[in-house]
Amino acid sequence: MPPTPSDRKQHFLAGARDTFPLLVGAWPFGLIYGALGIASGLSPLATAAMSAVVFAGSAQFIAVSLVAAGTPVLVIALTTFVVNARHILYAATLAPQLKGLSTRWLAPLGFWLTDESFVVAAKGFEARTTPHERKWYLLGSELAMFLNWQIATWVGIAAGQAIPDPASWGLEFALVVTFLGMLVPMLKGRPELISVLVAAATALLAVNLPHRSGLLLAAVLGILAGLLAEQVWPRKEPA
Amino acid sequence: MNEFWLLFGMAVATMATRIPVLITLSRRELPSGVRRGLHYVPPAVLAAIIAPIVLLDEGKPYLALDNAMLVASLIAVLISWRTKNLLLTIVVGMAAFLAWRALF
Repeated sequence: MPPTPSDRKQHFLAGARDTFPLLVGAWPFGLIYGALGIASGLSPLATAAMSAVVFAGSAQFIAVSLVAAGTPVLVIALTTFVVNARHILYAATLAPQLKGLSTRWLAPLGFWLTDESFVVAAKGFEARTTPHERKWYLLGSELAMFLNWQIATWVGIAAGQAIPDPASWGLEFALVVTFLGMLVPMLKGRPELISVLVAAATALLAVNLPHRSGLLLAAVLGILAGLLAEQVWPRKEPA
Repeated sequence: MNEFWLLFGMAVATMATRIPVLITLSRRELPSGVRRGLHYVPPAVLAAIIAPIVLLDEGKPYLALDNAMLVASLIAVLISWRTKNLLLTIVVGMAAFLAWRALF
């Protein structure tokens, strides 16, 4: 049975509310992206438009550094794909939990899918069992992230025109501390811990592979390590 | 730099990673082995993004007390582990980073 309008609103607002800490964490990162976009030589309009049509913080960050280095557009687009390839795995994880939804829903939910909303949804979906509850919950999280990212970008653009050398502020650490805060609660047992250690070690050793492909390699080896570890130490919760 | 094609290329590349799989895999069952593997995607990916930023400096290991990112990351992990409070982890972690960097 489809949810009533008040149910929809309730799930939508819960999704936005559960995303709040991540909105705070995205601010410094959005600020520095906006400032670096200007510093890279992009116009203010293109810097702002990238946040609206690409909406992928770490890829945008890398792209403006490539723009500053005079990298060809095709190479930047391919790099964007590789850096964002982890979203394929996120989409594959969420898809079975959104069974029966129309493309009209799935396409925008996919467009707005980020690391942050994925992690919020992975947890929030446990308490919401129907695709209809879940779609409103995920939409609430995604739109909150999207609006927040646009505003942070605009402020960063304004600041970037006023303040020299934005890269020296160290605000990119906001991404690290946000991801750490999402990561630690996921470490529920040995398989998860081993998966993370293998992924981190691989990322460190493979950092010089071309086109940031070390990230994908690290993800794949981390997943395999977790699956192998499960054979020795069964997972604490059902698959 | 043609800004239109830059944005177009990046938008298409990003959407290609987010939309098609979400649509196709919502219409069929995944094998259980694949589903078990997907459980490890978020922690493995997040760790792989963070580790080089924190532990390397221009491609070289940077394990020292004046590495403000390393010190603040350890503090953030401790707070997250003890409290599970995301907002507290972000705010205190960021403050620790800025303070440590100002000191060294």
